[in-house]
Amino acid sequence: MSVLWLSILVWLGAWALNVALAGSAFSRGAAGRTLVPVIFGASILILWEGLVRGLGVSPVILPAPSAIAVKIAEELPVLWTDFAQTILKGAIPGFLIGAGAALVTAIAIDRSPFLQRGLLPVGNFVAALPIVGLAPILVMWFGFDWQSKAAVVVVMVFFPMLVNIVAGLQSSERMQRDLMATWGASYWQSLIKLRLPAAMPFIFNGLKIASTLALIGAIIAEFFGSPIYGMGFRISTEVGRLGLDMVWATIAVAAVAGSALYGLIALIERWVTFWHPSQRH
Amino acid sequence: MRRALPILTVLCGVVVIWYLAAVWMNATWVYDQAERAGTTVTLAEVIPLTMTQDRPLLPPPHQVGAELWKGLFGQAVTSKRSLVYHGYVTFKGTMLGFGLGILAGVLLAMSIVRFRVMDMSVMPWAIISQTIPIVALAPMIIVVSNQMQIDNRDVPKAIIAAYLSFFPVLVSMVKGLRSPDQMQLDLLRTYGAGEGATFLKLRLPASMPYFFASLKVAIAASLVGTIVGELPTGAIEGLGARMLIGSQFGEPLIMWAALFAAAILAGLLIVAVGQLEGLARRRMGVPT
Repeated sequence: MSVLWLSILVWLGAWALNVALAGSAFSRGAAGRTLVPVIFGASILILWEGLVRGLGVSPVILPAPSAIAVKIAEELPVLWTDFAQTILKGAIPGFLIGAGAALVTAIAIDRSPFLQRGLLPVGNFVAALPIVGLAPILVMWFGFDWQSKAAVVVVMVFFPMLVNIVAGLQSSERMQRDLMATWGASYWQSLIKLRLPAAMPFIFNGLKIASTLALIGAIIAEFFGSPIYGMGFRISTEVGRLGLDMVWATIAVAAVAGSALYGLIALIERWVTFWHPSQRH
Repeated sequence: MRRALPILTVLCGVVVIWYLAAVWMNATWVYDQAERAGTTVTLAEVIPLTMTQDRPLLPPPHQVGAELWKGLFGQAVTSKRSLVYHGYVTFKGTMLGFGLGILAGVLLAMSIVRFRVMDMSVMPWAIISQTIPIVALAPMIIVVSNQMQIDNRDVPKAIIAAYLSFFPVLVSMVKGLRSPDQMQLDLLRTYGAGEGATFLKLRLPASMPYFFASLKVAIAASLVGTIVGELPTGAIEGLGARMLIGSQFGEPLIMWAALFAAAILAGLLIVAVGQLEGLARRRMGVPT
């Protein structure tokens, strides 16, 4: 039992430290803003470890973080194969194709306000639908390998991206467009030099939403059939064998991959839309 | 009418493309059949044959419509084959998860706005939590709740749905509770209002437009969560389970009908939340 109390004490101590840090001037700086959540996260892991060991929780219900870490170290090649199959082959190509198709479609309907008025409400509605339901159908069409996963991701990513890009292309102001017109800019010049850059904050907003959807789509699609590797396959089979430490290891990989993808997009956003008020501190 | 015409045009375009795709995708099967029978078929003969297959690769709209009609109105709503019944099961899970998600989101937002330490430690993790493909947890949540002898199938579904729907509520409520400006806060201080009164009379009312705006996102997320939660359960009830059954038994019509039933349910839920929002806005005197 002492492990349990010790971990609770550590957690309370970390929380008290955070309370003190949050009240001090240190927390206003960048270091403070990273340190406080890191302390919180680490203390949760310690509490988790203490709870599992102290209460003797069965590994079938909740494995300890240390057991998961050991599993990750042991099964690194398997995790890598799964990662390559699901993320590199399924999610990322699907994400790029879906976002690219949305961009092309948005520009294609850009000149027709009629089509925009028709497509926007439909796209908005479809974006709210449970598109994951298409996964079994697409798996039936494209087979069990990564092509069907990429297809699911394309469909999931397309509509949120389309809605965001169309909204973004409309976001430049009347004055700005008039200025381009007085300079005698053609449609394409005005699109490339004014309206696409002005649309970038919207596009990146869409990309951030889509990055999460892409991982969800790629993993879900594997529940409906996959080769004998891939993260969705690993999760569903290991759950069947009650190998929860492996499930958690895969989830940890998915979490890192999801956060990394999101972080990468945020980084590119900062570089591309440096002029936007939200990026200027 | 000015708004309906473009939408109708787009929908008609979708139906036309759908029919063309159905002919194109289902034709392979017809040609294979003809080759096996040793006959040849002309294009004019192929097209009607692509419209009435039992297990088409892509069922044309009228087949899906017929199956949907049969599922919705063809039998008693209590029948296991009725989509109304399965839709109700999914609806129940969605509302449970939606309620839990709202509760979690609002409570967390309140503490984040009140305590700086909560803001600093929990908020970054709440954001990170959404970059994790949470649906990966679905099979595990289901197995673990079985292990813990929770027999109610609604519970694991509701947890997943709540996890997906709490985040939009949390973000909007944090923004909403912080939306009163310094002047308004100062005014309440001159009235001698305590923290509780400031919260009830200023912060909470000010956050309501943000709250209702987030509900539309949250209900859609909750429905997705419920359907995903129904997929790997080996569940027998719910629209997600219908899709899984259609997938496993190779019955595309069941899959498509369940998919459209889910779309109808999503539409109804979003409209309902929109109505609720409009009602609340009128009651609060916000111009719509």
